[in-house]
Amino acid sequence: MTDLTDLDLTAARDGLVAKKFSAVELTSAYLGAIDAAKGLNAYLVTTPEQALAMAAKSDERIANGRARPLEGIPLGIKDLFCTQGVETTAGSKILQGFRPTYESTVTSQLWKAGAVMLGKLNLDEFAMGSSNETSAYGPVISPWRRKGGTEPLVPGGSSGGSAAAVAAHLCVAATGTDTGGSIRQPAAIGGLVGIKPTYGRCSRWGVVAFASSLDQAGPIARSVADCATMLTHMCGHDPKDSTSASQPVPDFGQSVGQSIRGLKIGIPKEYRLDGMPDAIGREWDKGIAWLKEAGAEIVEISLPHTKYALPAYYIVAPAEASSNLARYDGVRYGNRAAGRDLIDTYERTRAEGFGREVRRRIMIGTYVLSAGYYDAYYIKAQKLRTLIAQDFENAFTKVDAILTPATPGPAFPIGSKTSDPLEMYLNDVFTVTVNLAGLPGMSVPSGMTEDGLPLGLQVIARPFEEETMIKVASVIETAAGRIKAPTKWWRS
Amino acid sequence: MTEPAVKYIEGATGPWEIVLGLEVHAQVSSKSKLFSGASTEFGAEPNTQVSLVDAAMPGMLPVINEFCVEQAVRTGLGLKAQINNWSRFDRKNYFYPDLPQGYQISQFQFPIVGEGEVLVDLPGGATRIVRIERLHLEQDAGKCLHDQSPNESLVDLSRSGIALMEIVSKPDMRSAEEAGAYVKKLRTILRYLGTCDGNMEEGSLRADVNVSVRKPGGPLGTRCEIKNVNSVRFIGQAIEYEARRQIDVLESGGTIDQETRLFDSKTGETRTMRSKEDAHDYRYFPDPDLQPLVLDKAYVDAIAAGLPELPDVRRARYINEFGLSPYDASVLVAERETAAFYEAVAKGRDAKLAANWVIVELFGMLNKRGVGIEESPVSAARLGELLDLLADGTLSGRLAKEVFEIMIETGGAPKAIVEERGLVQVTDTGAIEAAVDAVIAANPDKVAEVRSGKDKLLGWFVGQVMKSTGGKANPQVLNDILRKKVMGE
Amino acid sequence: MSVDAATVKRIAKLARIRVEDGELAPLAAELDTILHWVEQLGEVNTASVEPMNSVMPMDLKRRADQVSDGGYPEDVLANAPEQRHGFFVVHKIVE
Ligand SMILES: [Mg+2]
Ligand SMILES: [Zn+2]
Repeated sequence: MTDLTDLDLTAARDGLVAKKFSAVELTSAYLGAIDAAKGLNAYLVTTPEQALAMAAKSDERIANGRARPLEGIPLGIKDLFCTQGVETTAGSKILQGFRPTYESTVTSQLWKAGAVMLGKLNLDEFAMGSSNETSAYGPVISPWRRKGGTEPLVPGGSSGGSAAAVAAHLCVAATGTDTGGSIRQPAAIGGLVGIKPTYGRCSRWGVVAFASSLDQAGPIARSVADCATMLTHMCGHDPKDSTSASQPVPDFGQSVGQSIRGLKIGIPKEYRLDGMPDAIGREWDKGIAWLKEAGAEIVEISLPHTKYALPAYYIVAPAEASSNLARYDGVRYGNRAAGRDLIDTYERTRAEGFGREVRRRIMIGTYVLSAGYYDAYYIKAQKLRTLIAQDFENAFTKVDAILTPATPGPAFPIGSKTSDPLEMYLNDVFTVTVNLAGLPGMSVPSGMTEDGLPLGLQVIARPFEEETMIKVASVIETAAGRIKAPTKWWRS
Repeated sequence: MTEPAVKYIEGATGPWEIVLGLEVHAQVSSKSKLFSGASTEFGAEPNTQVSLVDAAMPGMLPVINEFCVEQAVRTGLGLKAQINNWSRFDRKNYFYPDLPQGYQISQFQFPIVGEGEVLVDLPGGATRIVRIERLHLEQDAGKCLHDQSPNESLVDLSRSGIALMEIVSKPDMRSAEEAGAYVKKLRTILRYLGTCDGNMEEGSLRADVNVSVRKPGGPLGTRCEIKNVNSVRFIGQAIEYEARRQIDVLESGGTIDQETRLFDSKTGETRTMRSKEDAHDYRYFPDPDLQPLVLDKAYVDAIAAGLPELPDVRRARYINEFGLSPYDASVLVAERETAAFYEAVAKGRDAKLAANWVIVELFGMLNKRGVGIEESPVSAARLGELLDLLADGTLSGRLAKEVFEIMIETGGAPKAIVEERGLVQVTDTGAIEAAVDAVIAANPDKVAEVRSGKDKLLGWFVGQVMKSTGGKANPQVLNDILRKKVMGE
Repeated sequence: MSVDAATVKRIAKLARIRVEDGELAPLAAELDTILHWVEQLGEVNTASVEPMNSVMPMDLKRRADQVSDGGYPEDVLANAPEQRHGFFVVHKIVE
């Protein structure tokens, strides 16, 4: 019998419904795989008892013919989603031991659809990072290695645990969150599919906030179809989130494999960066050719304010974060340090509880909002955001979707970019524009580097037109062929 | 309208003028909080009326209460203020254990209500116009208890997130009395509108008082803000103390630091708030969890159409239509319940007589008993019936008062009391004449005195006749007969 | 604009993050680099541009005024580092 963990979501669901194996068997296989992959540090917490109980329930429902859409599918959950009774840390020491008494809307929807929770996945602290190296619980090691090499690489971030777990077959699919590229970048360099939906598609209720106007939850999965299925069950209007959209949620799976004939695809010239590795340009050109071949019309477009997206992002996101993270004061939950008096306790709690990158961003955010600087930084950045959104609006009068590279390069060695924050920030150069404008964006594998590391492309669509985006990604997936999973070198 | 006379405070270097502006926090009379569904009921056990949102648990988000928005608009209309069709919620960032989010959701740059005004009637008939700068919606904080333990403070978040309307005045008041009258007037308006219960003991209405002093006609001085004063009396005390303190500082060559101060009701003094000492830099920015609040014209118009008659309009009506004095009219409109009571009594009757009875007899009685009008033992309908008996001559004024006393005790109907106790006044001329004749016959010396010019003694005759008729003689008839028989008129 | 140690100290105070004296200067240099980098936004003339108000414009949804939440003090206090008699406990606050 083949390893059950090698089945993707669609195959696992078919096998479960056909009773080829039980949900308990499938879940057990994953729990075993997770145990054998401790070295990757993808999971912060596993919940085997809960997982097996949920799986048993799924088996019951399957037996009774009452299977739900994700019945018995074992998932990993980014540790930014609050899960009732299960430690939720956001990758931070300040939330160590925090057990929410509530369940995030997105995860409760997944459980209602029949999915099984395997545990909580590692991430950059408070989702601030692009390599999963800022986690207070240690970095995640990518399951990918360069051909013939053993140097540990980053899985990307901030949803690094999610990407590593999906790529290493430690869950069927995973939830992620994306504030500047945190789903698409790790998915792309992990050979996976990741979707950041339109702002407002997924409820933010119960998801630890990083930057409220940019944060969106979304799936990371092994295929476009799997990702589309996950997305269908993660989206939906939530009255508990004032920014949640009331748009109806289609069955996104229906868009997989549909024709893109006649669709206009924009190629933004500003995304061809100076000094961009050849491999990235090559992947992009390949993608353009595939889409043309599939009957799409390729249109060169201009998104003139692209180069300002990253600096605008590094004002807006830290500003919002500095305020969102003020609640971690050691009064109501989380770790409290011992101080002489109230203020000293606050200052020590937050200095000891937050890691270096989080402290840095809180400081930047505090600075740009402080008296005398607000207009020069925060308002300026919000104006740039308007311009960036207008760039896209203009473009979308001419095209139906936009194709860009997903990342400026493949996975890089752990520790190679930690000394220079600006270099790290550049990882999000292609993805961050989408968050600033609230648009849906998706990364899909397109090929491998010469030394065997996956690369991906990004598809961007109009607000609430995820279906168009999925159609285009699906064409790329078919043309590129599915990426072969990495060899399981970590199994000792 | 007369401007109030300027009131100066005498200092060692001459007169000083106080300049006052108030920021009143009025709790919206909603069942649930501004951004969460937790109850706003007063006096709950600690941390019971707290939702996960109010405790700022990770991942919690605000959802606005439509009732609170409506009350802010109602109040704005009641203050004759500009309603802003586009407003926004901002975050005011600071750390304090009673502020779980680490920020207060408030409205800074774009409040829901803009400029308006409040007319404040002062004793002596003058009116102060206090301009309103703005009204905005914001969250209340929780409560810290400092006295329970020597080294610790205890935090209760039950108040956290309750909806407040912050009503900011321009610095238009010039004395503690004016500030007190302004708060009372504001409370009256809020109660008429029903948007805030105005209960200061329970903290539903609190004021931050901005105090500065200046030489008459001179430039504005540096102001100090006295936080959270929760009674009209304390507002007065705080202002008096603070103005005197500032004058003393300035006259001894010092300068006033702009700062936040605390009023200690035990000592009657204000002092620097140490906990708010560090520089105020609230880093306001738009709350990204909330969309802008857009109100269309139809929405505002519908609320305007549903506004009750407000105290100023009602007062004018009492003066113009009912012929009441401005003072009486002010007294009657001060509470919506009082005005309603009065109108029920006055309806179809002599409005001035009704006003007199309500203000003098009814209020006098209520004051003595220390109860509010809603607990009055005499209902408006019964008081009206009593006035009818007075009007149709069944009762004299004196008898009516006697009946009123019995009504208070028994709660009975005036007609029944009159019949039961035989208190109907005697208007029969023959009976009164007989009684007068009897008194004249018994007191020839007194008659002689009156006739020789001591008319004051006439009152003595009235008293004697009243005594002999058990007070039932119609005073008008009695007077006529007396004058005829004693004075020979 | 340039960030010095005093600025870092002020910002750290506002953010309630303890920064040891020895860390002030290196942190100032780090923040200064990032702030200089974001200042490239100054190249764009934005005089007539509205700052973004909401990323995905929609009506602010309003809920009815009903008591639908709260009443679970155990949940509210469940994760508290220190609590007593239903209250959160903090260092004495001197007002
Ligand atoms: Mg104020
Ligand atoms: Zn306020």
